Amino acid sequence: MENDKTHEQRNVVLTRQYRIILFLLVATFFIYNTAVYTIGTRNNLPPMSKKAMQGELLWQKNNCTSCHQLYGLGGYLGPDLTNVISADGKGPNYVKALMVSGIRAMPVFNFSKEEQDQIVAFLSCIDSTGYFPNHNAKLHFSGWVELEYKTIYTESNE
Amino acid sequence: MNKSFSIRFVSFGLLALLIGMLAGILITIQYLNPGFLKAFLPFNHLRAVHVSSVVSWIILSAVGSIYFYIEHDQNNKIFSKKLLQIHWYIYLFTGLAILWSLFSGYMGGREYLTFAPILIIPILAGWLLMSVNYFKTLLNQVKGWPVYYWMWGTGIVFMTYHLCESNFWIFSHFRHHFIRDLTVQWKSYGSFVGSWNQLVYGIAIYLMARLKGDEHIAKSKTVFFFYFLGLFNLMFGWAHHVYIVPNRPWIRMIAYAASMTEWLVLGSLILGWIRTFTKAEKQNNMLPFRFLVVTDIWIFLNVLLAIIISIPAINYYTHGTHITVAHSMGTTIGINTSILLSSIMFIVSRLDANCLRKRQKIISIGMLLFNLSLFVFLACLILAGLKKSDMMYHQEAVYFADMFKAITLYIWGFLIAGITLYISILLMTIPLFRILLRNCRS
Ligand code: HEC
Repeated sequence: MENDKTHEQRNVVLTRQYRIILFLLVATFFIYNTAVYTIGTRNNLPPMSKKAMQGELLWQKNNCTSCHQLYGLGGYLGPDLTNVISADGKGPNYVKALMVSGIRAMPVFNFSKEEQDQIVAFLSCIDSTGYFPNHNAKLHFSGWVELEYKTIYTESNE
Repeated sequence: MNKSFSIRFVSFGLLALLIGMLAGILITIQYLNPGFLKAFLPFNHLRAVHVSSVVSWIILSAVGSIYFYIEHDQNNKIFSKKLLQIHWYIYLFTGLAILWSLFSGYMGGREYLTFAPILIIPILAGWLLMSVNYFKTLLNQVKGWPVYYWMWGTGIVFMTYHLCESNFWIFSHFRHHFIRDLTVQWKSYGSFVGSWNQLVYGIAIYLMARLKGDEHIAKSKTVFFFYFLGLFNLMFGWAHHVYIVPNRPWIRMIAYAASMTEWLVLGSLILGWIRTFTKAEKQNNMLPFRFLVVTDIWIFLNVLLAIIISIPAINYYTHGTHITVAHSMGTTIGINTSILLSSIMFIVSRLDANCLRKRQKIISIGMLLFNLSLFVFLACLILAGLKKSDMMYHQEAVYFADMFKAITLYIWGFLIAGITLYISILLMTIPLFRILLRNCRS
């Protein structure tokens, strides 16, 4: 009897402690999220243009991600397209030609001239945000990697 | 006792697994031979079917298991049977709508959630119904919650939040800034996986406590320590997906520091469990037990890989290669699927232990084949990833087509192992399926 009671008291104390830990974690998470959604992801680029956002919707509707990566994220059937606009020997016209003609596994997309421009605007916008692969990154012995940035941080682009 | 609705969730989950794996095999064939089925089922549709189906397998079978355990194994009086039924019908129709959306090419979402974005609304509605039912059922009836109740509750709440977060791109604050958008997109996916891990690991601990008949396993201070550590990782560890994305360094530093300890957690738990498992009980619960034992090896291997690729300097070389795929498939198949199949075996043993015993032999063969195939499957991915990485960083001006050619052999190995993996899953799941279907209509 006595034992059951102390056992139960102990449970009550523990549960209260667990609730406090949970509360503290969630509170920290809340602050952290706010920082990630704002200062953690700011840069000095102008907001994405309307045209580029239309291009992004086309990108999503056709699931280009299933084959292509941006910053190495996506499917592996096709090449990464982060810097296809600025790459030597590629660029806007190359991209347009590829989309409507297809080559090997790349499907043919019947995009209008306007849609082709939208996709190119989207890919140009991505190209301006950084590099992948980041060939000039500095690797440290601590395991840390210092990326090379194309953009600089400012507080003024919101 | 009306068990049918929780069993319907689990059965639907198994069906999703079988569809998803079949789609996985077909897209690998397309990967090797782009013309294959291109006219009917193009790669960009079929890959989305694969991803959505296997994610649905994990979610549906975890949800069904949790409903079953709460109501029929623990005999709590569930708050509302009606809500549970509505949840089932919502997910049934949403599942069918997702398949229709992907097969017909009416897409528009993003990786993992490629289907028409509007379908996120019924998915969220389902989670809300489940959270009402879950907390209303347990908050008053149960004192001194064992850890798995905390984990399931956490999983349900965070799943809901991160599903919302994965759709933040509809707001201009995110969409206008690609780096922010991309970072938050992968933040949500990382934590989404962390949330389902809370559900799945909760199930693993539940099974351990039940099979051993020892509630202490789920109440010790150590197990709670690991629960909080897992939650900490869910919240702050996601950024290893975006080590290469130029957001601010502190985001990535926090993730580096909060490395993936969650996997170790379960390994230490199961090991402790095996140590004290008595022989007599072992005979009674052979199938789910054996599967959980093997899960240990997968946890060990995946922890090792996860830790290695969470070091930014190594991630630098492995990111964007098949090593990342090995990591995600290793954990979803080796860990999540193993645990969820054990859970289903446990449920089936509660429904019809005799019938399960009769099928023990074929299921055991399936288990062996499953583990052997998975080993080859993952090895091929890692080798392909190493080759790709080497070509990306150590050779000048590599053409994509050359790189592709260089890894073809490994992708063939991957395909063959994938087919034997599918056969092994069929060997295990068809007997389970038959018993489940008999109970869907009780
Ligand atoms: C079924 C897979 C698949 C889909 C879907 C797909 N692509 Fe491709 N794409 C490829 C492959 C494979 C290549 C590489 C062809 C080659 O050079 O061998 C490629 C090449 C490209 C290239 C040239 C890249 C370079 O560096 O040479 C661009 C640009 C491109 N795709 C854009 C798109 C866009 C935009 C979409 C969506 C509207 C898309 N692709 C959808 C498979 C795909």
